Amino acid sequence: MLSADRLSLRHRLSGITAALRPGEVTAICGPNGAGKSSLLACLAGLIEPDAGAVMLGGAPLSALPPGERARAIGYLPQTPEIAWDLGVEVLVSLGRIPWRGAPAGEEQAAIEEALAAMDLAELRHRPVSRLSGGERARALMARVLATRPRWLLADEPLANLDLSHAAALLARLREQAALGRGVVLVLHDLAAAMNHADRVLVLDRGAVVADGAPGEALTEAVIGEVWGVKATWLGEGGGYALATPSSRA
Amino acid sequence: MTRLSLTLLLALLVALPLSLLAGRVWIDPLHPAVPHAATILAELRLPRAVLAVAIGAGLGGAGAAMQGYLRNPLADPGLFGIAPAAALGAVLSFAFGFSGGFALPAFALLGAGGAMALLGLVAGRGAAAPGGGVALFTLAGMMLASLAGALMSLAISLAPTPFALTEIVTWLMGSVADRSWREVWLCLPPTLAGLGVLALAGRSLDALTLGETAARSLGVDPARLQWLMIAGVGLTVGAGVAVAGIIGFVGLMVPHLVRPLTDRRPASLLLPSALAGALLVLVADCLCRVLPLSSGELRLGIALSLVGAPFFLHLLLRMRQGLA
Repeated sequence: MLSADRLSLRHRLSGITAALRPGEVTAICGPNGAGKSSLLACLAGLIEPDAGAVMLGGAPLSALPPGERARAIGYLPQTPEIAWDLGVEVLVSLGRIPWRGAPAGEEQAAIEEALAAMDLAELRHRPVSRLSGGERARALMARVLATRPRWLLADEPLANLDLSHAAALLARLREQAALGRGVVLVLHDLAAAMNHADRVLVLDRGAVVADGAPGEALTEAVIGEVWGVKATWLGEGGGYALATPSSRA
Repeated sequence: MTRLSLTLLLALLVALPLSLLAGRVWIDPLHPAVPHAATILAELRLPRAVLAVAIGAGLGGAGAAMQGYLRNPLADPGLFGIAPAAALGAVLSFAFGFSGGFALPAFALLGAGGAMALLGLVAGRGAAAPGGGVALFTLAGMMLASLAGALMSLAISLAPTPFALTEIVTWLMGSVADRSWREVWLCLPPTLAGLGVLALAGRSLDALTLGETAARSLGVDPARLQWLMIAGVGLTVGAGVAVAGIIGFVGLMVPHLVRPLTDRRPASLLLPSALAGALLVLVADCLCRVLPLSSGELRLGIALSLVGAPFFLHLLLRMRQGLA
């Protein structure tokens, strides 16, 4: 269990309490500036909250040594960088950094597993500069998977991905959750959250305003209140689309 | 050790004894016709060659580490201000007339140590703040570099005698000529220690490839990495400047040459860059010795910049064509 206990961060988060469960895909949604990325960074142990605590398996996350925290929680930042033109396999191998001293066989097995999970086996030798946007997003996610973390935290992993690549990535993240990992995603695409998450946290001005199954948390009323948009859900069970009013009317 | 490192090591092992034969007088190893050939080899050329290897290795390794740390192929070991501070120490020793014996390298090492201490005061402050770490630290280093540069100019302009002025300017050009085993023993241990420290930073530098936030999520301690960089770059560059003056371009150029031959991770670049740096400085110094110049020999620092700058420009243009 990864949980936030009355988490507060000046100007960004106020008293957030939420318990996330392994084996689930949790989406954190909210308008720009709601504190989604700050919450995710706190949950990853990268920002120390001003008040409250993040607990991992009942113990405060801040008490864990950085290496141990890194082995438990994989984190993909909102704007991932790759400074050098690494090959895909080398990039993915960076995910093994927290496992210093692990046997070589285990290292390679974890890298192969991550490459296979993101369908990158055939691209393993390609330099990242020659990847498409979708391939690059998968390679970066594979880097996180190579750590074999219990928790997978990703900040807007669908940004810049087209429809099919976004759907493919979500399907792969669902497989990771089925393996027992906790998957926590900051998502801007509410339909993606509605269709693919098991649970949605809606944040507004640093506080949780709705928390539950997608159908309960992302109601038209909540969307109207938080985003200020009169939107309508169309479709049904797993295939929802969000219709928003046209400004041309 | 990778195949690249082995190849470079072999090349170095071949070049080192060969370099001893070249100079103002050529020595035929089988029929040494030159009087005092053994003395020339053991007391003049061998220490000089070992020094060239040590300085080149230090500059190459520090350059690779700096480029990894700043995630920028234009970074150079001089950016932290340690080399200019060491040079300032040396210039002050000339200005105060203490340039004999151990005083010159001691002043230079004091300068390098002072710069390391000042950087240490900055290290760790805001190291964990998003976006604040590397940028803040590097700016502090650059300020230090320009401060040392300004003080150096001041010391030069206030040089007590024309003789001191000439000594300063000549020394700043960088050279390993007329160095003895004493300089070798001053330079080699800190250089080796510095390279060892930089090797300890390897995995953290690899993680930094993904940016500071991702590196921290991989368990990298930014404050520890800053300390390793200060110690590693300080020891290698400080020791080099203390005995040979400012030798440019090696730290910038060598990692560029070596990177395409590696998997491009900063850690896998460290050892080959150190070896290639050693080879480059050794060969360059050899060329300086054999070039016939009426007014003595070409200074190593000048030679490397003369060859390095056009070569580097050519490389950049070729890289640009490759990208287009």
